[in-house]
Amino acid sequence: MFDDLRDLYQEVILDHGRKPRNFRRLEDADRTARGDNPMCGDRMELFVKLTPDGAIEDAAFQGRGCAISMASASLMTETVRGKSPAAARELGEHFRNLAMTGTCPDCGGALEEEMERLQPLSGVHEFPSRVKCATLAWHTLNAALEGSGKEATSE
Amino acid sequence: MNAPIVNPSGAPVFDIERIRQDFPILAQQHRGKPLVFLDSGASAQKPRQVIQAMVRCMEERYANVHRGAYRLSEASTADYEAARAAVARFINAADPREVIFTSNSTAAINLVAHSWGRGVLRPGQAVLISEMEHHANIVPWQLLRDDKGIELRVARVTDAGELDLEDLAAKLADGKVGLVAITHMSNVLGTVTPAERIVAMAHEAGAKVLFDGSQAAVHRRVDMQALGADFYAFTGHKLYGPTGIGVLWARLEHQERMPPFLGGGDMISSVTFEGSTWAEPPAKFEAGTPPIIEAIGLHAAIDYVSAIGMPAVEAHERALVDHAMRRLSDVEGLTLLGRAQDRGGVFAFALDNAHAHDLATLLDRAGIAVRAGRHCAEPLHARFGLDGGTCRASFGLYTTEGEIDYLAEALTKAREFFA
Repeated sequence: MFDDLRDLYQEVILDHGRKPRNFRRLEDADRTARGDNPMCGDRMELFVKLTPDGAIEDAAFQGRGCAISMASASLMTETVRGKSPAAARELGEHFRNLAMTGTCPDCGGALEEEMERLQPLSGVHEFPSRVKCATLAWHTLNAALEGSGKEATSE
Repeated sequence: MNAPIVNPSGAPVFDIERIRQDFPILAQQHRGKPLVFLDSGASAQKPRQVIQAMVRCMEERYANVHRGAYRLSEASTADYEAARAAVARFINAADPREVIFTSNSTAAINLVAHSWGRGVLRPGQAVLISEMEHHANIVPWQLLRDDKGIELRVARVTDAGELDLEDLAAKLADGKVGLVAITHMSNVLGTVTPAERIVAMAHEAGAKVLFDGSQAAVHRRVDMQALGADFYAFTGHKLYGPTGIGVLWARLEHQERMPPFLGGGDMISSVTFEGSTWAEPPAKFEAGTPPIIEAIGLHAAIDYVSAIGMPAVEAHERALVDHAMRRLSDVEGLTLLGRAQDRGGVFAFALDNAHAHDLATLLDRAGIAVRAGRHCAEPLHARFGLDGGTCRASFGLYTTEGEIDYLAEALTKAREFFA
């Protein structure tokens, strides 16, 4: 009945959704932000620890939501580690393109390997109401890096 | 599939296949699968009779109402007022003037909160709602509380999803409650509240009563004269009519005491720059050009369900509810929200290994449309520890037992998918 949904719910998504990586508080975080999709009840808190020169040393999150939003946050915390805030933001831009269109023509180059890891989430572009589930973590990361203290939302 | 429901004379009165043919959208295929529309509680589909009545209005009899002394405007005015009379008959109101057209239930409740709430309620009085209210019957009262200094009280819901009448009585006891504003049927739990009992309890404590009938008015016969409430709100689009039209039924004595809410054309008797005087109820509350085409559509919808007969609609729904209770209870890992004795065709549920949105995406792939989220009832989901939301299947008069079987089967397969 649901075989063709394996494009959206690839094994890696189900796995990260069930057992999200970096699912913990960072007590010594330098930046935190909350993300909320009020219409669907997805909620997360993101923690970022920076190195002395300002790169992302560690990223972790806690929250609850659908498999897509949890898997996306989990994969994000893995891929942004070691990145400068500017590179993390650029990666987020590429990812939003990927989530909305299913492709990312500018994704070659320096971030190719990272985009490869996020590729399993590209299936959401076929489900307009679910794109915001995948992008919530990245909106929250931007809010944390800006240190605006505002709650992020992808609605 | 359902056997036709047979009345005592033996003649079939509820022919589901014929009814389904009246709804053009139900003929749709979705990825090669038939549409199984189980979101009528959010908004119902429209029968051809409603669509045609609205087209006919625009093609043959349309002009603004209460305006010109020309034939078309007279015809349009007559049609608009005939719709009001049809609504009055449908809910057995004593007088068509008790029927105020609004844009939806939300607007109807806000009208009471703004006009009666600000004009008649006094600071220090309380409004009593319940834990199972739709946001439309929570937020207007919070705005009133913050603006006017009234108190907002909330009656509890039992674990079975029924209104806790002991708690309701306790919260009425000090005589400070000016209005009890409660749903007649929960849009999440399906619970039908004991409306007559609530009216008796409230009136004895000196409070007026408003019912949010958005769900109830669709599923069973509501009778304003028998019920004895003070205000009753419902909406057209859940009743197989168009969007953009709702109803506030309000006793004339209340309308007389209520100041206008929106000012403008049609609601005045005379206007000078020094001041204005108001039109008689219900025109006093219908400022501006009203939803004329929508009123015609609602009239057609009422004629449509009345021709089938509300008792037959109710019997069909009872059979669906019993069937759904049996079938959904058998699905492993599925939690049903609410087990009220008296309930309508609304089932909110959660699967133990899938989030509501993931589940809704799967069901959509099977051609099944359900709502996912908190259904504009966030406090109620918090009450039942389901902050992440639920999926909700809600039935209409075109829903079949076969569709419920298909839903149960899809839920079982969804659980395997996420295992």
